[in-house]
Amino acid sequence: MAKVLLEMKNITKTFPGVKALDNVNLKVEEGEIHALVGENGAGKSTLMNVLSGIYPYGTYEGDIIYNGEVCKFNKIKDSEQKGIVIIHQELALVPYMSIGENMFLGNEQGKKAAIDWDKTYAEADKYLKMVGLSESSRVLIKEIGTGKQQLVEIAKALAKNAKLLILDEPTSSLNETDSKALLDLMLEFKKQGMTMIIISHKLNEVAYVSDKITVVRDGSTIETMDKHTTEISEDRIIKGMVGRELTDRFPKRHDVKIGDINMEVKDWTVYHPLYPERKVVDNVSFNVRKGEVVGIYGLMGAGRTELAMSIFGQSYGANITGKLMLSGKEVHLKTPQEAIKNKLAYVTEDRKGNGLVLTNSIKINTSLANLDSISNHKVIDKDKEYQVAEEYRGKLKTKCPTVEQNVGNLSGGNQQKVLLAKWMFTDPDVLILDEPTRGIDVGAKYEIYCIINDLVAAGKSVVMISSELPEVLGMSDRIYIMNAAKIVGELDAEEATQELIMSSILKSGEGA
Amino acid sequence: MGNIKIADVLKKYTMVIALILVIVFFQIGTEGKILFAQNINNLISQNAYVFVLATGMLLCILTGGNIDLSVGSVVCFVGGIGAVMMANGTNMILAVIVMLVIGLLVGMFQGFWIAYIKVPPFIATLAGMYAFRGLSNVVLQGYAVSVTDAAFLNIFGGGAECYIPDFFGGETMNMTCLIAGIVIAVLYILVTVKNRISRKAKGYEVNPLAGEIVKTVLISVLIVWLFYKLANFRGISAALVWIALILLIYSYITNKTTIGRYLYAVGGNEKATRLSGVNTKRIYFFAYANMGLLAGLAGILTIARAASAQPTYGQGYEMDAIAACFIGGASAYGGVGSVMGMVVGATLMGVINQGMSIMGVNANYQSVVKGLVLLIAIIFDVMSKKEKN
Repeated sequence: MAKVLLEMKNITKTFPGVKALDNVNLKVEEGEIHALVGENGAGKSTLMNVLSGIYPYGTYEGDIIYNGEVCKFNKIKDSEQKGIVIIHQELALVPYMSIGENMFLGNEQGKKAAIDWDKTYAEADKYLKMVGLSESSRVLIKEIGTGKQQLVEIAKALAKNAKLLILDEPTSSLNETDSKALLDLMLEFKKQGMTMIIISHKLNEVAYVSDKITVVRDGSTIETMDKHTTEISEDRIIKGMVGRELTDRFPKRHDVKIGDINMEVKDWTVYHPLYPERKVVDNVSFNVRKGEVVGIYGLMGAGRTELAMSIFGQSYGANITGKLMLSGKEVHLKTPQEAIKNKLAYVTEDRKGNGLVLTNSIKINTSLANLDSISNHKVIDKDKEYQVAEEYRGKLKTKCPTVEQNVGNLSGGNQQKVLLAKWMFTDPDVLILDEPTRGIDVGAKYEIYCIINDLVAAGKSVVMISSELPEVLGMSDRIYIMNAAKIVGELDAEEATQELIMSSILKSGEGA
Repeated sequence: MGNIKIADVLKKYTMVIALILVIVFFQIGTEGKILFAQNINNLISQNAYVFVLATGMLLCILTGGNIDLSVGSVVCFVGGIGAVMMANGTNMILAVIVMLVIGLLVGMFQGFWIAYIKVPPFIATLAGMYAFRGLSNVVLQGYAVSVTDAAFLNIFGGGAECYIPDFFGGETMNMTCLIAGIVIAVLYILVTVKNRISRKAKGYEVNPLAGEIVKTVLISVLIVWLFYKLANFRGISAALVWIALILLIYSYITNKTTIGRYLYAVGGNEKATRLSGVNTKRIYFFAYANMGLLAGLAGILTIARAASAQPTYGQGYEMDAIAACFIGGASAYGGVGSVMGMVVGATLMGVINQGMSIMGVNANYQSVVKGLVLLIAIIFDVMSKKEKN
């Protein structure tokens, strides 16, 4: 048996209100490729952040044993010194700097006050050759494509003398050919004795490249499969990933009548605002009826948020084409103002970044999107505003001392309720909820589900975008499945199963 | 709800307490001269431009820590145009209107680039700072032009006659001024009580009674005391009327109107505000157009006080206005700040300036002290933000 290079023992990491990791154990042997799989939010990235020192020693419980010794990393530099290098999902390269400058950023060659540029570029070229990239290290990052940028990231990691390389979704932004090349490069490194951990959603890739697969679910490690002792198929991995039973985590809807089509989207195509040749939404059509909850399931990066935001007054994307019908009438919404006027609401997935003004009170956030309705000639009626905020606080059971409290001080679940209140106050017919329960605890999730049920009971339509399978299955009347900018399937709630949804995503991936 | 935490009170009123300490310091250092009636009057008249410009600057800063560097040059440019017009016999009312309109147009010009073309405010207004300084020179042809229109000087706070006359003919002091002070204090108390009663009647949360009484009494006493002091000199100056008017209008705009609310929201989270259906570009445009208008007014007050216009007027005014906002608790990241806070900041700067002048501190060191006060205020802002996270 090979030597164990890394062992993470009983790791528990708690964020305020959420237990992100619960007694996680992970063993990685020298010279193997170890895959971590699990749904979004299962805790994979958190685990890797603990390992690399982003969450310093003392903020978690448990031990990291690396190369036989217990490690107490306080910052990323500490773990990198030991040869643990993490490559994050989002490329961390500076576009207007050269490949060489990027590779040695923070690790400059020569003296502090006199960088040795000749050495920098010579070293950089050496590592570029190792990863099979035939560009000069003097080329600017913005000149090369994402596939090559990913290789630069790997070369950068190698330049740090990596012994344990962690790749977080390395192929998420790559096309098929580049992905294949990257995976083969990993296998090449393995031959040379490198140890790697790969985090990926793409199960075919995981099965192709890894020796062992550890499944993470709800902050715990469920099982570790060894390719050499058990037959690993994608189905087998999926079972591990989603193997929990659905109990009554979702409130029942009673006798909600599903009516006419409230919103219909036809042949909707959106291009990336910065890379005008890249399609982020490709010929998508879907509809939602009165009193209906329609789920849109897809993994991160499938184009769901882009779809929703482009519908909501073209707040994302370029060169948007397609037809949008609200209550049977075709509308052209060019701004969020027009969308709101046409009784459409978009509740963002990024409540801190795009949703709430954290420095302002609950009251002010609640009224922001519909301030005119509580104003006379642009002068705010503060009494009315207060009453509205109080009304929604009661309705949504937001836990706060007063509505004058800053939303920045609320928990995630209560922030989400304030965000919902803000959009409910605009009195929409159709609500698009983008990851409405992301990062909030189970109790608050249940309350959000109840709010969704109340909304459809009142005859509204809800489009719920989510990357949590159980939630989509538990809440939706109908489910659309989105992958790689396209709708790849539509299922009724009765026929939908986790396996069916997962396999339709995988099949569409193979087809492309 | 009943008990007030001392630490919270200290935190909320840090700058007010700092102001009191500074006044006490200079009261001792100048052997009481700082609170002479004439000095208080001077403090107000000398700093009228700071209050007016800082009000406009506050709106810009609220939108995201954005500043307007051009205001000093615009003050000079607008003042120059007005002075030349009046020197050539233009009617004073027409001249005032032209000055305000030009200020507004300048603000709209810069606001257009900032809001709709996305030129960074720092750069757009830096360009304006150079350009309008140059144009001031062109308008004035490099010379000082004196302003002699008596009505203009009286109304906008220049010359010896720019005080509201005493209708009651007080012998030792200006009775009109004293009575005005008492009336304002009584009005203030009545409004406070009325608000409290109506909030209670509607079942809203009200501030702790003890705290509210203390605050109301202190402010009322302060108002009466201030007007009593002024009454001992010449009474209410025109500058004070203009300052009060601007502060009232903009307190109302920032507190009570939708546009005021959007200024804060844009600075707090621009994306969220845009997705809430607010035309954020228009908010930026408003802030800078308004800044131009107020720079126009500041130009009027400046040439009235000096009874002339010179190509060097207004230099450094933008920095005084910016500093007043930041010392007064506006966040350098936007979204936080208030007109009343800015008033405290501007007063603090004014008191430090005047106190040091009376004490005969070298002007170079005065600048050093001002810089340090600004730095300390910003450090405080950053630190208090950090604590929250």
